[in-house]
Amino acid sequence: MNLSKKANANSAASGLSLDRARDAWADAPGWARWSVYLLLVIGALLLPNQTIGSFMAPSSTDWASMLSDQIAIYVLLALGLNVVVGMAGLLDLGYVAFYAVGGYTIAIFASKHGWSFWETLVLAIVFSALAGVILGAPTLRLRGDYLAIVTLGFGEIVRVTAQNSSYVNGPRGIQGIPHPPTLSEFEIMGVQPLKYGLLDSRPYYYLLLFFIILTIIFVKRLDRSRVGRAWAAIREDEDAAELMGVPTFKFKLAAFAIGAAIGGSGGVVFAGKQTSINPDNFTFLVSALILAGVVLGGSGNIPGVMLGAFVVAWLPERFRFMQDYRMLIFGAALVLMMIFRPEGLWPSRRRKAELAEGTGGMGSMGAEVAGPGQAAAAGEVGK
Amino acid sequence: MLLEIEDIHVHYGKIAALKGITASVDQGEIVTLIGANGAGKTTTLKTISGLRSLTSGAIRFDGGDISSMAGHKRVLVGIGQAPEGRGIFPGMTVEENLLMGAYARKDDPSKELAEAYELFPRLAERKSQAGGTMSGGEQQMLAIGRALMAKPKVLLLDEPSMGLAPMLVQQIFTIIQEINRRGTTVLLVEQNAQQALQIAHRAYVLETGRVVKTAPAGDLLDDPEVRAAYLGGDLGDGEASAKGGKGSSGSEAAPRATRPDAPSSDDAG
Repeated sequence: MNLSKKANANSAASGLSLDRARDAWADAPGWARWSVYLLLVIGALLLPNQTIGSFMAPSSTDWASMLSDQIAIYVLLALGLNVVVGMAGLLDLGYVAFYAVGGYTIAIFASKHGWSFWETLVLAIVFSALAGVILGAPTLRLRGDYLAIVTLGFGEIVRVTAQNSSYVNGPRGIQGIPHPPTLSEFEIMGVQPLKYGLLDSRPYYYLLLFFIILTIIFVKRLDRSRVGRAWAAIREDEDAAELMGVPTFKFKLAAFAIGAAIGGSGGVVFAGKQTSINPDNFTFLVSALILAGVVLGGSGNIPGVMLGAFVVAWLPERFRFMQDYRMLIFGAALVLMMIFRPEGLWPSRRRKAELAEGTGGMGSMGAEVAGPGQAAAAGEVGK
Repeated sequence: MLLEIEDIHVHYGKIAALKGITASVDQGEIVTLIGANGAGKTTTLKTISGLRSLTSGAIRFDGGDISSMAGHKRVLVGIGQAPEGRGIFPGMTVEENLLMGAYARKDDPSKELAEAYELFPRLAERKSQAGGTMSGGEQQMLAIGRALMAKPKVLLLDEPSMGLAPMLVQQIFTIIQEINRRGTTVLLVEQNAQQALQIAHRAYVLETGRVVKTAPAGDLLDDPEVRAAYLGGDLGDGEASAKGGKGSSGSEAAPRATRPDAPSSDDAG
């Protein structure tokens, strides 16, 4: 009891400081916000710089490729998963499946049928959205942890199918996926940002950055629309949402499809950069890490989710010099986070209120099991 | 009849929750369903509002068959519900919660919003407070106000008195009567039979998924069987209280602070 009180006080105190920043941000005039956005974009463009890299990736690992292969991909995937988990409140443990659908779409159509990168990108987005609908239509009648189990199974089905299908070379995977075609040879500050080759990772990072920015704009607009309100209602109380006239099933399906499409686009860039993929790229661990990023950062809050994904992608790489201990430390860091900041590093205000209530989103996960607080309350009534 | 349910059967898996319930609600009435835990009251309401699907039977509303209509569409034809456990959106403010109530409507909800604030001044004071941080009574007011935002023809209330202090129960019931007087038909599910029978016109008594009795509410207050089962039986002043209650039904709810509210098994313990 004492312990939990302390933790509460702790989080309340740190929450206060965030609140002040939030108020300032909410009251800031438009030009101030836009200049902050602009600065953030410039910062993101300068991120692959070696000076930053020497701190972020001191051991021999190449900072630019760490950014493109790990961090930017994870941030993009986390933004996609955030639509499903953070906004609509559906726990998806098989998100990697959509990433795989995107990757395999480009692998098959580009290497076997000679489609170009951009054509396959569109196709992959359509296919993964379709996969989202195919998974969602029968399963979205389930709630909370049941949905989580089914999605977990779906993620494994996709991977195991790829592993056992000779059409995609089983466990050996598909090689010879073409890089995206070079758009322009122009050079700025020693980088050719639109020339996609083998040696320089930075153009891929910029490509992902472009996708990330597009996704943020898209998702933010959705969040403020009727769709966003419907998702918030579904996340907080699905039955009540239906009673308000929200077509809950339709909106849940839409969340699945949109999240899947974003994940699929990540898979395309990944495959286009690596030039080869195999089923081992799409293990459950990827789903788990991305979900960890979403929850760790602050499910539902876009900057929080990006921060969480960054931490999840970067920490294990940064501490690679500790060899096998790094995973131990990473795990311990996650546990500590959940003790001291259960709502995530950078939660939205609304999410904090939902968590305080103990419902909403993944709060009760659909199972109505009395927590210690409720049991105590029931005890008092009994007296 | 505004709302008619005819011989509805509802199953949770293989377990039958409703075994043929027939009931009707006329325009302008307050009808209450009373019964013990597990009698099927909440399931009946959920079936009417479309959260549960029927195994057999029919639900007719306003002349049309809505038995297989999706839940979110029933809001548009005029069924509003304040669900069991209130179902407040905890992360939304009071105002956002109320506006969610008008989600299905295409027109401007500001008139209903003003009306909700007039009916529940308490909510007006707390417009920008998060729904999840409000007290039980305030949440109940919010749930009712939110259901009214859709301008329902019939308002389904699922245990509005649950977990509230007697004073608040009184207040909520007075407001339910006021809502009814303004023209909304009310179907009220209650465990607090005493209170419910005092404001209702008619009542159905449910037992394990069946209607065992139906009568004008005042008659049920006097019915010895009902009193024994749901009104705490004849425990001294029980009779006096029941008669007093009957007298006040229909008129302004009399202040009952001096009388024990809803003698139930809790009082014995």
